[in-house]
Amino acid sequence: MFDHISIQLLLGQLLIGLINGSFYAMLSLGLAIIFGLIHVVNFAHGAQYMLGAFVALLMLNHLGIPYWGALVLAPLVVGAFGYAMELTILKPLRNLDHLYSLLATYAAVLIIEGLMRLEFGSSGLPYNSPLPGGINLGFMFLPWYRGWVVVFSLVVCVATWLLIEKTKLGAYLRAANERPEIVESFGINVPLMMSLTYAFGVALAGLGGVLAAPIYQVSPSMGSNLMIVIFAVVVIGGMGSILGAILTGYLIGIVEGLTKVFYPEASNLAIFVIMIIALILRPNGLFSAPESSR
Amino acid sequence: MTDPLMKVENLEAWYGESKALHGMNFDVRPGELVTLIGRNGAGKSTTLRAIMGIVAKRTGSIVFDGTQLIGRRTYQIARTGIAYCPEERAIFSSLNVAENLTLPPVLKAGGIPDADLLVQFPNLQRRLKSQGTKLSGGEQQMLAIARILRTGARFLLLDEPSEGLAPVVVKDIGEQILRLKAQGFTILLVEQNLSFARKVADRHVVVENGVVVDTLDAADLAANLDRVKHYLGV
Amino acid sequence: MNRALMLVLLAVLAIAAPFYVYPILLMTVLSYVVFASSFNLLLGYAGLLCFGHAMFFGTAAYFAGWLLKNTALSIELCFLLSALSMAALGWVVGLIAARRGGIQFAMITLAISQFIYFLLLRAPFTGGEDGLQRIPRSALFGMFDVSSNLALYYVILAFSVLAILVFYRVVHSPFGEVLKAIRDNEARVESLGFIPERFKVLALTLSAGLAGLAGAMKAAAYQIATLHDVSFHISGTIIFMTLLGGLGTLTGPMVGAAMIVLLNDYLAQYGEWALIIQGAVFLVVILFFRKGVVGEIEARLKKPGRV
Repeated sequence: MFDHISIQLLLGQLLIGLINGSFYAMLSLGLAIIFGLIHVVNFAHGAQYMLGAFVALLMLNHLGIPYWGALVLAPLVVGAFGYAMELTILKPLRNLDHLYSLLATYAAVLIIEGLMRLEFGSSGLPYNSPLPGGINLGFMFLPWYRGWVVVFSLVVCVATWLLIEKTKLGAYLRAANERPEIVESFGINVPLMMSLTYAFGVALAGLGGVLAAPIYQVSPSMGSNLMIVIFAVVVIGGMGSILGAILTGYLIGIVEGLTKVFYPEASNLAIFVIMIIALILRPNGLFSAPESSR
Repeated sequence: MTDPLMKVENLEAWYGESKALHGMNFDVRPGELVTLIGRNGAGKSTTLRAIMGIVAKRTGSIVFDGTQLIGRRTYQIARTGIAYCPEERAIFSSLNVAENLTLPPVLKAGGIPDADLLVQFPNLQRRLKSQGTKLSGGEQQMLAIARILRTGARFLLLDEPSEGLAPVVVKDIGEQILRLKAQGFTILLVEQNLSFARKVADRHVVVENGVVVDTLDAADLAANLDRVKHYLGV
Repeated sequence: MNRALMLVLLAVLAIAAPFYVYPILLMTVLSYVVFASSFNLLLGYAGLLCFGHAMFFGTAAYFAGWLLKNTALSIELCFLLSALSMAALGWVVGLIAARRGGIQFAMITLAISQFIYFLLLRAPFTGGEDGLQRIPRSALFGMFDVSSNLALYYVILAFSVLAILVFYRVVHSPFGEVLKAIRDNEARVESLGFIPERFKVLALTLSAGLAGLAGAMKAAAYQIATLHDVSFHISGTIIFMTLLGGLGTLTGPMVGAAMIVLLNDYLAQYGEWALIIQGAVFLVVILFFRKGVVGEIEARLKKPGRV
């Protein structure tokens, strides 16, 4: 049955898989950081990604700020929005069962997406690629922008991982993940650190949205389906495992791309099948260290 | 008699709905080593946690160096110059020994420099790159004490440092604590091990059911040993 | 005494209602009352947040619709078969998801429900985006015609009462006591020699069966089954109903279900605002009224009598 599959198709889908995987990795990374420190399952992550794309679009259309400016500014705006969200709806729920914060972010999604649909409608809006054209690699055509997305997201993921694993700030985060009250007893303002960590994770989602704007259509619902995929990625990688989230994100993107080549009907299902198999074979997650899954 | 460095009055504390402290009254003078002794569940550890603000709710008064601690957040309390070493040591497994040691930030002058810490706690020197929780119980206890000495805090809350350790290690810990006292630290020590407490303390505060039932100078302990042993249930 | 009086009053109301209120709306209320109870069994009593409960409701709607359209089975058999098949699905989901507790259970069930959503989207018998339409209402016991809204209402009322009785029996049984103990302190239950995972799987099985019945009733009432019934919006709505009514109270989720169905019916005219308002109300409930309507009332009634 594989006779009809050309190398072009295979590599083309691999690239698409890698691009999707870049988004999965960036978003699940943010979700894992947030869960790791403040134990909030941020259901609004997809909506915040969508906001990043919209902020970039509005900056371009109304303020004349180009893509490269939005790449810096939009995540800051979305991060600030996340900070406000943390203070108003998450902080009051901090000492309660985690399900309340999950539901609060879910409720926030209903409001955010509803308001955005009201303002911008349901159809997708275009965002012109800042890097038109591409290069013919012989076996396939690679648009410059897509290449940029793959490289840039990889840099962001690696930089974030280094920040957490190798710096003093990262040490505070890792320690506070284990015993927040002890870290606070050292004189560190852990409550503030928690709010800022949420804002940082949200800013990562916003950054993902800016990156996505020129590839996918900008629409209020662009984040909600992605959200469930990201949840599955985090479950497969092991909750709160930073490296697990990144690696699983790329892995799932690529597997999904390959499924499109060999069995297109199942490409939507592939990730969930992987999740179920992973849950049966590795109940604690593919990459989880014992202490990070609490 | 010198003014107390810390004065605790009518301290009450809750875990959730249940009340654990019912009006604690005691003080600690500068440079002094005071133990809180009493049986399991008497409220000794809770007293330390209440001082640090790590309980659900607390009322009363804790004045430290002229500052009222009730109403302040844990990190603010730490910044007044108090350091806390918890009973379970809380060495971070995701950090290596060096990271654990240097995690607490320097908050004010007067802390011990890192190089001196490694001289004072020589066992840690060889294990700097090990994962924190791979250390033996005694080494973990040394690390837990060592890391709070760099912040500049001069008032230490130590929660049962001798617990679960072999006698020879307990002896080491005792010597380290005496050394800290000689270095001028003021120490509030929670202990259940009376023979350990006797060797290091200036004064003993006996706790039962969340209140202070007795306060004894070290010199008076021998004369009242039976009574104290009765409180401890030994 | 008081309680018996209330039950009689409620029965009279339920029997008289369709003469005053549109029966399809009432049947929707009943379907969601059963659905919310099934959810309450899991979250309120076993402490398990199933964030994909719509998979049982929606799949049952398709399954019942397919049975009614393509077989000669009478309507009560279609309902029962739907409930049984969803109980089986719940058992399978439980085996996969109950391995991880707490918040991960929510994420896994959400992902599995999305999996089912895509499966149903692709399946040949579901009518894709259009859904299953013109579902007939087969005769009760193969004899009595229930194709009128009024007749079907009483069938659904009977099934709902039955379902609530089952729910009531389960939560007041020793099994229900163990579930509550697992919710409050899983480690302790385990130390007593129970295997919490088995109880969780069984709770999900029972809950999925009740949710399946609810979905089948809804399909018969509306005579249509669509992907919307399986979507996570429905899963979210059922959580909202449960919390609004009062988590872990016997009647709260039922009250919440009725309130939200009626609210949505009223808000439908406002289009996009309906979801926004729902989200805002949900947020207020989470932040300020976590006991829910019935929970708050119970707390207030109890206070003066407390010794």
